[in-house]
Amino acid sequence: MIELKGIVKRYVLGDETVLALAGVDLFVARNEYVALIGPSGSGKSTLMNLIGCLDSPSEGQYILNGRDTSALSEQELAVVRNREIGFVFQSFHLLPRQSALQNVMQPLVYRRMSPSERRDRAAQALRNVGLSDRLDHRPNQLSGGQRQRVAVARALVGEPSILLADEPTGNLDSRTSSEIMGLFDALHALGQTVVLVTHEPDIAAHCQRTIRVFDGLIVEDHPNPARAA
Amino acid sequence: MNVFVEAFSAALASLNAHRLRSFLTTLGILIGTMAVIAVVSVLQGFSDSISNQFSDLGSNTLTLAAKNDPDNFRTGQINRLTFEDVGALRYKISGIERVAPILRAPLGATLYKGRAVAPQIQGATEEAQDVLGVDTSIGRFLTASDEKNSRRVAVIGTDVNDQLRMPRDPVGEYLLIGREWFRVVGLLEKRGEIFGFSQDNRIFIPFSVARSLTGTFERSSMEVSFTVTNLAEVNQVRERTERTIRATRKLPPGKANDFEIKAADSFVRQFNSITATATAVLAGIVGISLLVGGIGIMNIMLVSVTERTREIGILKALGATRRDILIQFLLEAALLSLLGGLIGIVLGLLTGMGIASLIPNFPPAHVPIWVMIAAAGFSAIVGVVFGIAPASKAAALDPIEALRYE
Repeated sequence: MIELKGIVKRYVLGDETVLALAGVDLFVARNEYVALIGPSGSGKSTLMNLIGCLDSPSEGQYILNGRDTSALSEQELAVVRNREIGFVFQSFHLLPRQSALQNVMQPLVYRRMSPSERRDRAAQALRNVGLSDRLDHRPNQLSGGQRQRVAVARALVGEPSILLADEPTGNLDSRTSSEIMGLFDALHALGQTVVLVTHEPDIAAHCQRTIRVFDGLIVEDHPNPARAA
Repeated sequence: MNVFVEAFSAALASLNAHRLRSFLTTLGILIGTMAVIAVVSVLQGFSDSISNQFSDLGSNTLTLAAKNDPDNFRTGQINRLTFEDVGALRYKISGIERVAPILRAPLGATLYKGRAVAPQIQGATEEAQDVLGVDTSIGRFLTASDEKNSRRVAVIGTDVNDQLRMPRDPVGEYLLIGREWFRVVGLLEKRGEIFGFSQDNRIFIPFSVARSLTGTFERSSMEVSFTVTNLAEVNQVRERTERTIRATRKLPPGKANDFEIKAADSFVRQFNSITATATAVLAGIVGISLLVGGIGIMNIMLVSVTERTREIGILKALGATRRDILIQFLLEAALLSLLGGLIGIVLGLLTGMGIASLIPNFPPAHVPIWVMIAAAGFSAIVGVVFGIAPASKAAALDPIEALRYE
């Protein structure tokens, strides 16, 4: 599924080279529920960007669903993102001028899908997250929790192999946070592979497995006792 | 195709979201297009009306006239056509259908009941009606029998009629032209003005009468208009005429022609070339204004790309390729520019019509469809060309950086 082999990522900032990832090996199987944790600057965001195919490694191999993505062009990576990855961001990242339905339809535009099919699929995805009565609302007419649910619907509408969430509850209060985490739990139960990036232990506790990143290395990788059972 | 339809509606939505800004951005294109359409419409209307006035003189009409350069006038050795030249045209050259000699007869003032005018008095035969394309609205034109019997009859233009305050139907009235009385037999149709010169301030009298009254009068001069039987042969007829007239006028070989053969539509052609030059100059000016408009679009689009960096990042995360982003921004620029162009065309048409209707006696404005299509197409192209820089900037954004952009 996700297989990282000896991943190194360097950034050049002026004259300085920053080593963001210093050789990471990782395997995540289908239908795992993983939390990536670590302090800021630890390299967990870089790791997430690599897993999400937003970036390519400086060294090493990333095999996604049996396909080596390290050598793919920017164009090909865009196609992989569109088909295999569903992103959920901390600040939702919805398109502000478009309705909830249009936001959810957007990834399907890049699949060259017909408008009617897009509409049907997007409406279904919004129903699945409990927003069937908010299709025509714009993001600013929705609450934070509703916005994040639109974002989840958008991430899932293309039936990606991985749901990748970056601090999905960071901008939400505790009640809506647990609502969103309930949604992730349910998705996992339905067979979805979920990778969460978080620094909150409560959130990580929802996952089956916790991976701690520190100074560009994986320093801890253990099943979550509360869930693994 | 679907890709373009998608991108098109996305571009439209994005322009719609910033209506005022979009409008201001495209104002340069709008004003440029408006200016060109307004001026072209006025110029074309004018040009059409000139062409129409001359269309009576078909392209199968040629005119033989004496040629004089300034030296001839200084020395007084003025070349004139002779009656032998007319005879040669009538009888010696094949391919000529009708010959209409016109003798300018400076007979002096024309009087009617104490009023006087000084129209152009021309001796003509019945052929002039067809060859010059003149018609009478009241009464008749000159006839063969007028010519044969040297009748003192006149066909007058509408200006003569108006200025002398003759009756609306002047047929049967008597005019004193120079020292001779003429009976009016017809009133010419109104022809209007060309460059402010009235075409109606003229009197036709029989050629034979003009000839006998002017005699060998110094200031009289003759031109001969003639029609060609077969339009396809017009060049051969022209050559034959040149050869025969040289022989008639006994010009030795090597000596330049002292006469010229003009096509009746040469004036129209000359006018059209003036219009074409004016249009070219105008196109240059408009090109500059569209350039400025295009730079305006580029400027705002670059700002817009920076402003929408995060949106571009989101789209890239969702799987938009470079090409998707490029097409979207290019289309946005093209659409912006095209809309400006379209509004400009409409406003330009209205302005042209307004100008034409404000100037008295000015022909109505007219714009050929192809000019409008070209203007719209050109403004869209300006948008695409000046959209390239902002669109490539947008397409090249790094998705991670773009997502992080605040």
